[in-house]
Amino acid sequence: MSETLTEHTGVSFELSEEAQSVREMVRDFAEAEIRPIAAHIDETHEFPAENTKKMAELGLLGMFVPEQYGGAGMTYLSYVVAIEELSRVCASHGVIASVNNSLVCYPLMAYANEAQKQKYLTPLAKGELLGAYCLTEPNAGSNAANQQTTAVLDGDHYVLNGSKIFITNAGPADILITYAATDKSLGPKGISAFIVEASTPGVRKGKKERKLGIHASDTREIHYENARIPKENLFGEFNKGYTVALATLGGGRIGIAAQALGIAQASVEAAVKYANEREQFDKKIGEFDAIRHMLADSAVELEVARLFVYQAAWLRDQDRPYIKEASLAKWHASEAATKCANWAIQVHGGYGYLNEFHVERYWRDARICEIYEGTTEVQKMVVAAQVLREHAVRA
Amino acid sequence: MHLDLSADQIQIRDAVRALCQGEFAAHAAEWDQKDDIPRWAVDKLAEMGLLGMSIPEAWGGLGYDLRTTTMVIEEIARVSGALAILFAVHNSVGAYPIYEFGTDEQRKRWLPKLTTTDMGVFSLSEPGSGSDAAALSATAVRAGDDYVLNGSKNWVTNGVHAATFLVFARTGGPGPKGVSAFVLERGMKGLSIGKCEDKMGLRGSHTVTLMMDDLRVPASHLLGKENEGMKVALGSLEKGRIGVAAQALGVMRAAFEAAVKYSQERQAFGAPIAKIQAIQFKLAEMERRVQAAKLLIQRAAWLKDRGKPCGREASMAKLYTTEAATWVTHQAIQVHGGYGYVKEYAVERYYRDVRVMEIYEGTSEIQRLVIARSMLRDGVTV
Repeated sequence: MSETLTEHTGVSFELSEEAQSVREMVRDFAEAEIRPIAAHIDETHEFPAENTKKMAELGLLGMFVPEQYGGAGMTYLSYVVAIEELSRVCASHGVIASVNNSLVCYPLMAYANEAQKQKYLTPLAKGELLGAYCLTEPNAGSNAANQQTTAVLDGDHYVLNGSKIFITNAGPADILITYAATDKSLGPKGISAFIVEASTPGVRKGKKERKLGIHASDTREIHYENARIPKENLFGEFNKGYTVALATLGGGRIGIAAQALGIAQASVEAAVKYANEREQFDKKIGEFDAIRHMLADSAVELEVARLFVYQAAWLRDQDRPYIKEASLAKWHASEAATKCANWAIQVHGGYGYLNEFHVERYWRDARICEIYEGTTEVQKMVVAAQVLREHAVRA
Repeated sequence: MHLDLSADQIQIRDAVRALCQGEFAAHAAEWDQKDDIPRWAVDKLAEMGLLGMSIPEAWGGLGYDLRTTTMVIEEIARVSGALAILFAVHNSVGAYPIYEFGTDEQRKRWLPKLTTTDMGVFSLSEPGSGSDAAALSATAVRAGDDYVLNGSKNWVTNGVHAATFLVFARTGGPGPKGVSAFVLERGMKGLSIGKCEDKMGLRGSHTVTLMMDDLRVPASHLLGKENEGMKVALGSLEKGRIGVAAQALGVMRAAFEAAVKYSQERQAFGAPIAKIQAIQFKLAEMERRVQAAKLLIQRAAWLKDRGKPCGREASMAKLYTTEAATWVTHQAIQVHGGYGYVKEYAVERYYRDVRVMEIYEGTSEIQRLVIARSMLRDGVTV
């Protein structure tokens, strides 16, 4: 709850009409276009290219980007509702959209110059181009500042060398937001951010990774082998790339939290439905306390996840500090998704272990949410640091 | 969506905070040790008009909504869980039902005092009926213009300071449809108050038994219709649960704040223990629970304030917050190490105080039942 004085008469949890209509629109789309293929693309690991185009047409790939740059010009809250609704049906669709919005469009919107915005942000927000975010390296995971990829100025170009791993949307991506050390001696203060066209000679994509979940999201390594990037494609300030990365991840966490929220919602819905259908010992299993307690506990996890996610998005829409709240949202929602999916399997018994009932997919898809865009442990570090700052004992 | 407190809410919360920190904080440990909250503490709350905080202004109260009332309960609980329960019981289930279910005549009779000087309490539980409240066995038999009440009640909070007792007794057949609600007054012939229970926590909150022995009460003391007493009992249930959640949040915050402070002061291995990741993660876990509880409580209270159904949300707020409070107070002791186990530091009191919150106003098991039933009936739509 915020301390800021306003004319209002206390808190309200009513979502705006915009967010409500986004929910309706995305839910209709997800039920009609995603539901029929979700299990299939999980099995085949196939990237949903057609549906990605359709998401673009609906404005889902540049939701909070201003209309003048090809976006939908909506609030962050509407954006997270959209990610939630996509992920409720297929978490892979959720992360495809989340990466393009949070990690690609956002840093360009906030840090790119006008020419860069015209050239790149506009087609990315429209979904004519798809983006990926290249920060993580084999030795730069939670400690993202340890960038080994280098960018060296050579005439009108930067020459990039190095490797990025775990890159979501890598296969289909046209644009790679890439971080590289421009002055290694300066550590985090010697990193810059670049807009890299994937077709640049010297940029090579690895083979598709085999993952536990989110199978339909395309994850690969990206290698830069003397890739020459035009000088004007450095965005933000020289050597200030790490600031761009941190600001981007703060918002990205809310997107992933929304993805987890959608998975948790789907899991709880499935558990309730099954508990109302399945009979054992001559009664519905939903009449047993053992089942009811799992349902009740999952309802609480889900509710807290939703409140945290919307709170963080709302704060961001108000241009207020939201770093702690984003970390709380990401941490709680991702754990909630894993727990709710796990309970949903348990309620289903043996059937839950078969992919026919989908809850095993929710469980596999949920697991990554506790890891990417900052592990739970990183979120705890962020929250603890904020707590100690807010409650500092003055000497 | 709008998560800012109003200027008015901040004003009253800050005023209550100043009162609690200035007048009560220094005495909370003593109240716990002597197992007695003195009358002057209640009088201080009364002086601010807080005894009528949720009663409409037309009836002498301050007319605050539930979102604001919960914040006041939370502030009081930050210094004393025991005082908070006296206040919360009075507000949620002592005075408010008389406004909500009373006739104008009944309101005129009791509300002027219940909004200014007197405290009201609530008495539903019996030795043989707790979670299964509708199985109560106290009786009320009509005799001319009176009812004659017999039976005993237990777990009555605030037995020492209370002026009115909202009591439930059986006027009809078995089950929930044979129960009626009565307002009893201290000093009525046939009403006796037992000695205070010796409790683990919330010491000073005067938990007593009530004995009704051929207690004659005029029919004008019947609250609501005959045999519709469970409506009165259940009508205040959601407010009561949200109130207990607010109380748990207040104590949990006190424990959390004590732990954060101690972690920065206590040195080990050449540095404050706040530098140690194991301690930092405990603090982060505490913060998560505090913030989650705040949101759950405000959301349930917001629904209630708008007159929307909020049974599931009230139960979620109560279930989550009380279990979180147990966890947080436990970990607050852990952060304090051995010092957390001695009474010089308040965290052991916080730990004892919150334990009952998973029990009263519906155990955690009952909350899970309420939540699950509602999910199975209405689904989990957004």
